[in-house]
Amino acid sequence: MSITEVSFQASQISDAPVTAIQGRSQWQLTWRRLRSDRVAVASVVVIILMILFAICAPLIALATGHPVDTAYTATGENAFGNPVGPGVHGFILGTDEIGRDLLVRIAYGARISLFVGLLTTAIATVAGVTLGLVAGYFGGVVDAILARFFDAALAFPYIVLALALASVFHPSLTIVIGVIAFFSWAGISRIVRGQTLSLKEKEYIEAAKSLGAGPWRIMFIDILPNLLGPVLVLATLYIPTAVTFEATLSFLGIGIPEPAPSWGNILSEAQAFYHVAWWYVVFPSLALLITTLAFNLLGDGIRDAIDPRTERIFAGSKAARQRRKRGRRGNGGHGLDDAILVGEQADLTDDQPYPAGGVPGLEG
Amino acid sequence: MTDSFAMQAGGGFSGGADYGDDTLVRVDNLVKYFPIKGNGIIGRTVTHVQAVDGVSLSIKRGQTLGLVGETGCGKSTLARCIAGLIPITRGKVYFEGEDITNLPRAKMRPYRRQIQMIFQDPYGALNPRRRVGSIIGDPFAIHNTATGNERKRAVQDLMERVGLNPEHYNRFPAEFSGGQRQRIGVARALALRPKLIICDEPVSALDVSIQAQVLNLLADLQDDFGLSYLFIAHDLEVVRHVSNAVTVMYLGRVAEQGPGDQVYGHSRHPYSVALLSAAPAADPDAAAKRQRIILTGDVPSPINPPPGCRFHPRCPKAQDLCGTAEPVLETKAGDPSTHLTACHYPVEAGENLAAAGLREQP
Repeated sequence: MSITEVSFQASQISDAPVTAIQGRSQWQLTWRRLRSDRVAVASVVVIILMILFAICAPLIALATGHPVDTAYTATGENAFGNPVGPGVHGFILGTDEIGRDLLVRIAYGARISLFVGLLTTAIATVAGVTLGLVAGYFGGVVDAILARFFDAALAFPYIVLALALASVFHPSLTIVIGVIAFFSWAGISRIVRGQTLSLKEKEYIEAAKSLGAGPWRIMFIDILPNLLGPVLVLATLYIPTAVTFEATLSFLGIGIPEPAPSWGNILSEAQAFYHVAWWYVVFPSLALLITTLAFNLLGDGIRDAIDPRTERIFAGSKAARQRRKRGRRGNGGHGLDDAILVGEQADLTDDQPYPAGGVPGLEG
Repeated sequence: MTDSFAMQAGGGFSGGADYGDDTLVRVDNLVKYFPIKGNGIIGRTVTHVQAVDGVSLSIKRGQTLGLVGETGCGKSTLARCIAGLIPITRGKVYFEGEDITNLPRAKMRPYRRQIQMIFQDPYGALNPRRRVGSIIGDPFAIHNTATGNERKRAVQDLMERVGLNPEHYNRFPAEFSGGQRQRIGVARALALRPKLIICDEPVSALDVSIQAQVLNLLADLQDDFGLSYLFIAHDLEVVRHVSNAVTVMYLGRVAEQGPGDQVYGHSRHPYSVALLSAAPAADPDAAAKRQRIILTGDVPSPINPPPGCRFHPRCPKAQDLCGTAEPVLETKAGDPSTHLTACHYPVEAGENLAAAGLREQP
């Protein structure tokens, strides 16, 4: 942002009537940018539909008249004892190998998958942020010990731990949540620690200390708001990872135990029937794919909205497409255009200077 | 304001060894070394940066002590030691007679209310993600002195007092100009009604016209609240304008100390003379007449400072003694008792330092 722009904005602020100006927080700006990103909005819609699908699982069971664990050996299986296809005998997405309604199973599976995904991400985020802040802020011995701990957690073979736990205890939802959360927090911790290391040297942290603020107040009131952005992006991207993680564990038989349906254990059963019942493999896979894709795209969208300088190939907003178009327009012509766009994008309250060479549009 | 200062400056100041009642802060032989760690996993301390090496000074109630010196001479480190932001290696800091050296955080808390800081960078000193109301309200929140509406009213009073629009309570720091942000910093420092405000180059980052506004604000607040300032700057004219007493630092030591008119008008230390001769003057006639003393060489490294007088490798008057014996900070012949100089061969009135062996500005 150039000096002239800054002074122009300053005079604009002081000249305008007080009531007309309303300070926008970073979050309001982020939200505005996110709303203009069609891919992100579509992802949100998909995620909300998937959550509704999960919540309404009992209603779906009621509507189809097929309870989740009831095996319809007469109507749900053909003469060879194999699953029946979509639409046959009122089974919208077909049945599984013992004649249970696949749609109802997938709906109940969505409950488990989303519950595990959201809960483990919440646990991992809270633990990861807290430990990352502590390691980064206190430094020294505390940091050295915690950092080794992060490394150990990241290097640990999770399948082996899950197998070991599942063989000692019986596979259960609690173990699944514990294992996934345990292998997710360290990544968040590392990022938070790195950010904290740089943020704690800022002058406003020294100002807080000179006011008598204690370490916990500084960590959670002064430092945390400055790294909520990256944490939110990371957390959003961890949800699909956790969903896939749960599916993997269940697929291997060390996750959610039967007969409770999860996308992973449905797929695990389905692998024996893919040659006679394509729907048995395709529909649970699609549910998994759509959910993880939606969360991943939403994470990308949030990242772009928080930091509009990053460029993404499938950016959905009109402004982003225009920006790329302008960037491509010859080497000589983009100086002025980009300067204007940078100004538009930065909005009034973004005071982070653009990094050298980081003019958006040049990469497009 | 300048007039009343000049009057006070004549008699009020009495150097670093004052134990009288009107002394607010006394710094006694303060030493701050920063360790330099060697390579390896567990780095051993190889050597030290001797940032501040035996500084004594005192700040009087309701007065301003100016602290000048080149970049890297330890001004800001000294300020942070007095504010209790970094641990002190040796020496003592007394506040109203109480020893506050290296107090643990809980015991330091009551003194935090008395000693506040204004920072150099008005952009870096305010958290960009927090609203101005909560930034200025921070001192109340930390010390539990006001909550809810009471806090909001106190914050808006402060904003009004420092010349900000109280309606802007909900704005973010990025929506303010540099001068306005520095006013936010002043309001925050003022919130707990401290007795001492340490101003670490409070106007160096500001435009000249804005500098004057902020300086006038600080002067008004001093009158209204009876504040004492430790005022750090490298703009000598700014320091002269605001200070009752001035301390000149060089490489972690005090070179010269005394009432403003003494240090500026009758400098005894060759370094003070050179420093003053290098300051730009507003009057072009005076500037043309003045002889600039160009010091040769760079400031030596504080890791390995020169023996004896730290200024001797660059001093036009240096003799053999200067390289071996460390000069004592003392009153020189003909000076008032408040004027202290650490020099073996102080500059006499009328002496031409530029002719004493140094190149003169063409």
